[in-house]
Amino acid sequence: MLVADPGTAADWRRFRQEFTDAGPERRREMLRERANQSRTADLHMIGRAGLGHVGGDMSVLDILTTLFFSVLRVDPEKPEWADRDRFVLSKGHTAGALYATLAAAGFFPTAELDTFAGPLSALNGHPNRVKVPGVETNTGPLGHGLPVSVGMAVAGRLSASARHVYVVLGDGELQEGSNWEAAMTAGHRRLSNLTAIVDRNRLQQGARTEETNTLDPLDDKFRAFGWDVLEVDGHDHLALHEAFTAPRGDRPTCVIANTIKGRGVSFMEDRVEWHHKVPSAEQIVTASAELAR
Amino acid sequence: MSAPVTSPSETFDCRVAFAEELSALAREDERIVAVCNDSVGSSNLVKFQQEFPDRLINVGIAEQDMVGVGAGLALSGYIPFVCGASPFLTGRALEQIKADVAYSQSPVVLCGMSPGMAYGELGPTHHSIEDLSWLRAIAGLDVVVPADPAETRSAVRWAAHANRPAFLRVGRFKVPAVTGDRPFTFGAATTLRDGTDVTVVAAGTMVSRALEAAEEAAEQGVSVRVLNMSTIAPLDEDAIRRAMTETRGIVTAEEATTTGGLGAAVAAVVVTERAPVPMRLLGIHREFAPTGTTAFLLEHFGLTTGDIRQAAIGLARTDA
Repeated sequence: MLVADPGTAADWRRFRQEFTDAGPERRREMLRERANQSRTADLHMIGRAGLGHVGGDMSVLDILTTLFFSVLRVDPEKPEWADRDRFVLSKGHTAGALYATLAAAGFFPTAELDTFAGPLSALNGHPNRVKVPGVETNTGPLGHGLPVSVGMAVAGRLSASARHVYVVLGDGELQEGSNWEAAMTAGHRRLSNLTAIVDRNRLQQGARTEETNTLDPLDDKFRAFGWDVLEVDGHDHLALHEAFTAPRGDRPTCVIANTIKGRGVSFMEDRVEWHHKVPSAEQIVTASAELAR
Repeated sequence: MSAPVTSPSETFDCRVAFAEELSALAREDERIVAVCNDSVGSSNLVKFQQEFPDRLINVGIAEQDMVGVGAGLALSGYIPFVCGASPFLTGRALEQIKADVAYSQSPVVLCGMSPGMAYGELGPTHHSIEDLSWLRAIAGLDVVVPADPAETRSAVRWAAHANRPAFLRVGRFKVPAVTGDRPFTFGAATTLRDGTDVTVVAAGTMVSRALEAAEEAAEQGVSVRVLNMSTIAPLDEDAIRRAMTETRGIVTAEEATTTGGLGAAVAAVVVTERAPVPMRLLGIHREFAPTGTTAFLLEHFGLTTGDIRQAAIGLARTDA
C-alpha cells in the first residue's frame, strides 16, 4: 500500500481552504488550472507507459478535480477514516486520471506516477484499493461501481452517517445491465446519500454511444428509476461544484455531466480513435503547451 | 479414532441451522447483515427479517447488484452474508465475485443456498454443480462446504469473524449429522473414520455416504479412512499427503462436476508428489442432468453409498 505525501497533502489542504474563501472567478480558475496540471501529468504517464485511456482521462478530469479539490470530505493522510465520503471510479480504465488526481491531493507521492503500469507498480492499468490509498474498490470490468456504491450508501444509512457516496460512471458503461439493477435499488431505497455522475462524452471504445446502443433520453431513464437528475456542462467546474453540493431531496442524484472526450487537447477532442491511442512525444509537447495556456 | 455414531434415519436441511446461527450472530454483533435476491424464503431468512428488518437488504431478483451491494457493505465495515440460490449467485454474479469480492478483498460471506442438484426435477438451470470449479479458480476466495447442521453452524460462525472473502455452500438436500462434536476448522480436513487401505475424501452431502460406505467396506475386509474435506480452497494438502503414505489409494466424492472441484484439487496434489497413488474421482463428468429427484440424480451419477464402497474396494484390491 502506498502512503501519503504529507507535504502535498498540506498543499491540498491550503488549496481547499483558499477555494472555500475565494469568489466564483477565482474558484473557477483554481480548479481549471489544477485539472489541466493533472491532464499534463496524465499525458506524461501514458507516454512513459506506452498505454492508457487518454480520451476518457481528459474527459473525466474536471469531474475528478472538482470532487477531490472542492467537494469530497476526505483526508489524504487518513484514507481509512470511517466517516469519509466515498468515491468510486466505476469507469476504472481511466485510472490514470484518478492516479494523477490522488497524487496531486497527497494520497501518495507524485513521483509514484512515473511507475504507472510498470512491472510490479502499485498503479495498475485499473485501480486497486489494496495498493492505492483513496481507491475504495477495484474496478475495471464495467458495470461494477454503481452496485458497490449502492452498498456503501446502504451502509451509510445503517450507520446513520452523514457521509456521501459519489460514483463516476462512463456513459458507454451504462449499457451494462448491472447498473440498472443498482439504479433500481437506489431509487427504491431512496438513497439520497448517493450521487452518480455520468461522464457523458457520447463516445465509447469504437463508436458513438448513440450509434452503438442508444442511451438517450438518459435523464428520463434515471428519473423513471426514481432519481433526481441534474444536467451540467462537465467541464464547467463551478457548475459541477454546484451540482455535487446541491441540496438533496429524498432520492439519489444523477448528475449527467456533458463532456468532450479528449477535452483540453485540440487534436484529441471528440475523436473516437483517442480512446486508448498513445500520444507521441511530440504530441505530448504540443498537448502540454495547449494545457498550459 | 473411533467411528462416529450416525443415525441415517434422522436427516436435516442445513439451511435451518444456517439461519438460526446467523440470527444468533446478528444478536451478538450489529455489523452482521443479510443481503438476498428475493430469496427470503428459500434462504430461510424469514425469521431474520422479522427480528432485524433493517438488516435484511433484499435487492430483488438481481444477483449482480446483490453481490456488489454486499461488497459495498463489507467495505464500509459491515459483515454481509449474501444469500441466494447457488446457481444464480455463482453463475450470474461470477464477475462480481471475482472483482468486487475476491480481488477487492472485501470480506463478504457468499452463501450458496441449495447447491449441487438440490433442486432435482427443476433441472440443470437450477443445479449448481459448476460452483466449486468456478470459485476454486478465483484467488483469495475461501470455498467451504459443510457436511451437516453442526458443521454449518460452526462454519457460519467462523465466516462471520474471519474477515475474509468466503463462499459457503449451504445444503438443502437432507443429510444426517456426521461431524459430532468436531467443529469446522478452516483449512483442515477432519478424519471422521480412520483406515489403512484406502482414503475417501468427501464433502457436503457425500460425507455421510462415505461413512456408510466405509462401514460396509469394513465388513468386506477393507479398511477405509474418511476425510471430511469441508474446506475445498485452500485445500488441506498435508491431509492428502498423509493419505498417500498411510493408505494405498484415494477416492474423492462430491456433488459437483469433477472438472475443477474437490476431486481435481486433490488430484493436483497427488500427481505432483514423488509417489502418486491411484485415484477415483466420483462426481458429475461434464454432463447436464436428466429429469429426476435429487436422490435419483445422485444414483444416476454414481454418488451412492454403494458407488463409493465399490470405488474404495476396487482401489484397495488394485495391485500397485
